[in-house]
Parts: sequence; C-alpha cells; structure tokens
Amino acid sequence: MAYQRLRAARMTPAPYDFPRYLDAGEAALSVEFGNSVDPEINARVLTLDAALREAKLAGVEELVPTYRSLMIHYEPLTISRADLVKALESLALQGASAFAPKARWHVPCCYDPALAEDIVAAARILEISPERLGASHASGQYRAYMYGFAPGWCYLGGLPESLALPRRASPRGATPPGAVLIGGGLSLISANPMPTGWYVIGRTPERMFALEREPPLLIEPGDAVCFEPIDHETFFALEARAARGEVVASREALP
Amino acid sequence: MSATLRILKAGPGASVQDKGRRGFLRFGVTPAGPMDSGAFIAALLAAGDAKGAAIEASLGGLELAAEGGEIGLAIAGGAFDVRLDERALPPACAFKLVPGARLTVRAGPAGAFVYLAPFGRFDLPLVLGSCATHARSGLGGLEGRMLRAGDAIKIVDPRPAPVEPMAILAPWLGERPAKSRVMLGPQQDYFSPEAIETFLSARWRLSERSDRMAYRLEGPILQHMKGHDIVSDGVAFGAIQTPGDGAPLVLMADRQPTGGYPKIANVIGADLSALAQTRPGDFVGFESVSWEEAVAARRARELAIGAGVTLEPLLRKEFSPEFLLARNLIGGVVDGRET
Repeated sequence: MAYQRLRAARMTPAPYDFPRYLDAGEAALSVEFGNSVDPEINARVLTLDAALREAKLAGVEELVPTYRSLMIHYEPLTISRADLVKALESLALQGASAFAPKARWHVPCCYDPALAEDIVAAARILEISPERLGASHASGQYRAYMYGFAPGWCYLGGLPESLALPRRASPRGATPPGAVLIGGGLSLISANPMPTGWYVIGRTPERMFALEREPPLLIEPGDAVCFEPIDHETFFALEARAARGEVVASREALP
Repeated sequence: MSATLRILKAGPGASVQDKGRRGFLRFGVTPAGPMDSGAFIAALLAAGDAKGAAIEASLGGLELAAEGGEIGLAIAGGAFDVRLDERALPPACAFKLVPGARLTVRAGPAGAFVYLAPFGRFDLPLVLGSCATHARSGLGGLEGRMLRAGDAIKIVDPRPAPVEPMAILAPWLGERPAKSRVMLGPQQDYFSPEAIETFLSARWRLSERSDRMAYRLEGPILQHMKGHDIVSDGVAFGAIQTPGDGAPLVLMADRQPTGGYPKIANVIGADLSALAQTRPGDFVGFESVSWEEAVAARRARELAIGAGVTLEPLLRKEFSPEFLLARNLIGGVVDGRET
C-alpha cells in the first residue's frame, strides 16, 4: 500500500506554479512548493532556505526544510505574516537560479551482510543479489533532502529507481548505530538506534550526531552525499577513530 | 559549600526543562522545553532569572529536600497540593527549603504540570545550548532522562529567597478558556467541511495515553477526504494531526520536528498553556480564530508576562481587591489553608 501511495505521489512531481503559504498557528508558516517527493520541488525548498538564512530577517527563528515545503518558525510580534510573505516573495524573485549544493560529503559505508542486517531481505524483495544492491546504492548521487524523526536522521533523495521498495508493513527492531537504510524510494543515514519501517542495507562508521564533537552535526540539508564502500575491517578501524572524536566522512567544498 | 537539591520521590513525568533547545530543528532535534510555558515563566520570574531552568513535575508528584544548605524555590503551575513538611502552601509560592525539611508536591484539584525554579542555577551541562530534557532522544537534564528518586542536582550561584513563604501573583496563571482557540490548517483541505464542523463542535476527551509528546483526543472520527498520508512536512507546537484512525493528536513539547499526517488545525500560542494543564479524562473543545485574533491574544499574554509577577506575604491583615482577585484566578485553592 505504501508503494502504491509512493507511486501515486510520483504521478504529480511538478512544483506548483506559485508556492502556497500555509499557517501552522500564528507563529509558523509552511511554504509549500509541491505535494510530492521530487528533486525539483525540494530544490525550491532549499533555495528559499538558503536565501532566508542569508537574509537573517528579524523575527525569523528557525527554518526546517522538508521534502516539499519550508517550515518557518517566526515571532509574529516582531514580523507580521504579511511582511514575512512580502520578504519571501522578493527573495523568490531574486533567487530564481538553480539550487547548487555548497558541499559534497563522502560517507564510508559497509554493505557486508554481517553489518548490513537487512541487505539480504531487501535484495530478495528487489530480486537482485545483495552485492548488486550494495554496488547500486553506492553508485547513487544523493542530496540531503531533510532531517526528521530523531536527531541526525538525514533523509536522502537520489536513490536509484531500481532500489525503490515499499516500507515494511510493521517496523523492525532498533537499528544499529550508523545504519544506512532504504525505504519508500529514498535512502536515509540514521544516528541513534530506533525502530523503523525501512531496511538496513549498510552501516557507516561516521556518527551523524555526536554531542562531544564540534560540530555535533555534519551534513547540512541541501548538501550532496555519496557513499564509499568499505569492507568489514575498514569499518571497525574507522569506527574506532570516529569514537575518538574524529570525523571519518570527508567534506568536499563545491564551487 | 553549595547546596544540593535531592529528589526523595519522583512520580512519572518529572524532568528538568528550560525554554527549550533552539536552532537545531532543521537537524531533527526536538526543542522540548516546558509543556506550560506560562506557569514555567511565572516560576522563573519569581525566582529571579527569566532565562533559567525549572523542574517540571506532573500528576505523579515529587518530593524534595535540601542538603548542605538551604535552597530557595519558586513553584507555579496547576492547582497542585504543595506542603512544606506539614504546612500547606498555596500552589504558586516562593519559599526556602532548609536541610531536614521535606517539600511534597502532589496532584491537587486541577492542572497537570507544575514548575519548581531554584533561587540559583542547576549545575547541569548545556546540551546544544540547553538543559531541557528530551528523554526520547536522551538529551539534556540529568543524563538525558526523567528524574527519579535518589537524584541530586547541585544549586550554584544562589540568590536570596524569601525568609517566609510568599504567594506568587501572576494574573495569567490558571486562565482556562472554555475552548482552545485554533487556526485551521495547514492541511484543512484534507478534510470535508463536515469533518471540520465536527472537529469544532465536538467535546473531546483527553485520553490517558497522553504525554509530553502528544495529547490524544477521544471523540468522533474525523474522515479524511484525500487519504491520511501526506508527504512529511514541518510540525509546530499545538499542531493537531489526524492519523489513519481519525483520532486527533495534539502535538506537544516533545513532538517530532516533522510529521506525515494531515494537520487539521494548530492551537494558538496563547492557549497552549491551558491545554497543557488539561488532565486525562477532562474534556476540551476548539474554536477557530484568524491570524489577527491569535496574534492579539499572543500580544495580550506577552504584555501580562512582561509586567512580571508579584510576591505577597501569606499572612496579611488587609486584603486588597487585586490580591483577592488574583487568588481567585489561581483557583481559590489557597483559601482556608493558610496557617
């Protein structure tokens, strides 16, 4: 059923002609660019997010980019809804250029079934070999669409079409730390262990959320992400370094 | 030597909160913070640090003692039963807890949350700039968890507290509108006009399965027109989302930053405190207002809070009308309990 919904959502991938300004109470405004998970719609979300962060409007408190909308938490006693919308429209006029990520992250990922707990099950559903699944996942060029669910859980667009599979009907048990998952046509890098309806098809030794490290969070929404396959031994070596506070993924600045 | 606040007993639902963890929502980090921000700020103002932290206790109650020195405390929230040893105190008051004395806070006639702010600062680490507890992700407070018996929190930078207990007068405390005002949306177009009418006219019972994350409402089923699954988007405090079973959930302080169910409406900021103080088994209703009305209510509340709190001695020979009025507003529980 989830798969059918996913298909249905994909049937209307075009962004709206004009964004919709939807109130979530008097102190939050959701700027909605479309109603599906789609790279072009998400690019508009991230373009506005970047422009608004740059603009530093008084009264704008937090920005939460999601697949298809930007949630703006604001203080209405400082900036009125009308003035906020006016500012958004002038930013939209200026920022018509295509979205360009500021960085690309190279994230080490081990696809060995000993660590990638669900790769065999997911491969069976997709009717490919686990090796093929891992190689195919590692060939994808991803974009951090949004965070959600729990701290450091980063949802990625760009999963190869051949790896789209529905989420589980009922959740699996808690994920291992650093689980890399697929589900519902997307990929996801997780942080702390949580139950999930997705499939664990890899593990990264990198820690997406580490309080004692500066910065505690690495990947910005909008950053490009790619995975670099590593073997079992390398995983444990890098995991030990990550545990000592080192960042083991690498950040490539993009022009 | 600095004093330590010892938790002698803690029912479920006791945690350390400050105004919340801000700036990390875009990384999936829930702000947490107080359920009732109005009572929280009343306790902080009375204790002399509007930017500080407090212990939030719920219907499970709390018992505290001071070790190694006296500790000033300000308490404010629902109409809880507050006792310093055998002495009954008003539900909003400031006092000194001396070593050997025991403070007992139990559920009283009304209200679901109460705040205890120290005249001083909890010696707790800041996690992403905040000591608000979000137990689900293990962040903040004491070891990222709810408080339990035996816990100790050191109080640093102490400030002088009233020698005798004083009542806290905060006009916004205990305000309880008949209905919670909401703004419809952001996904009211997922519901038929009849479903919206049902939502606004029904009496909703607050379920026992309610917590800091969500208040579950029991009542009529709200039918969706376009299915119950949306592409996840942002979630604000007070968002009323309706999953597939049609039973609405009001998302509260520990909500996730994003969600995938249609949100029929959002409780306005000025009415979140009263809603938070609703108890399981109590009934709530909703009334739709405009952005302008919501902002006017928000401004009125900000002005009231901006005027601050007043501390009044419990023993008085003369009672001003303002004094009596303020006591009525905090539920009248004080009457007859003074010693």
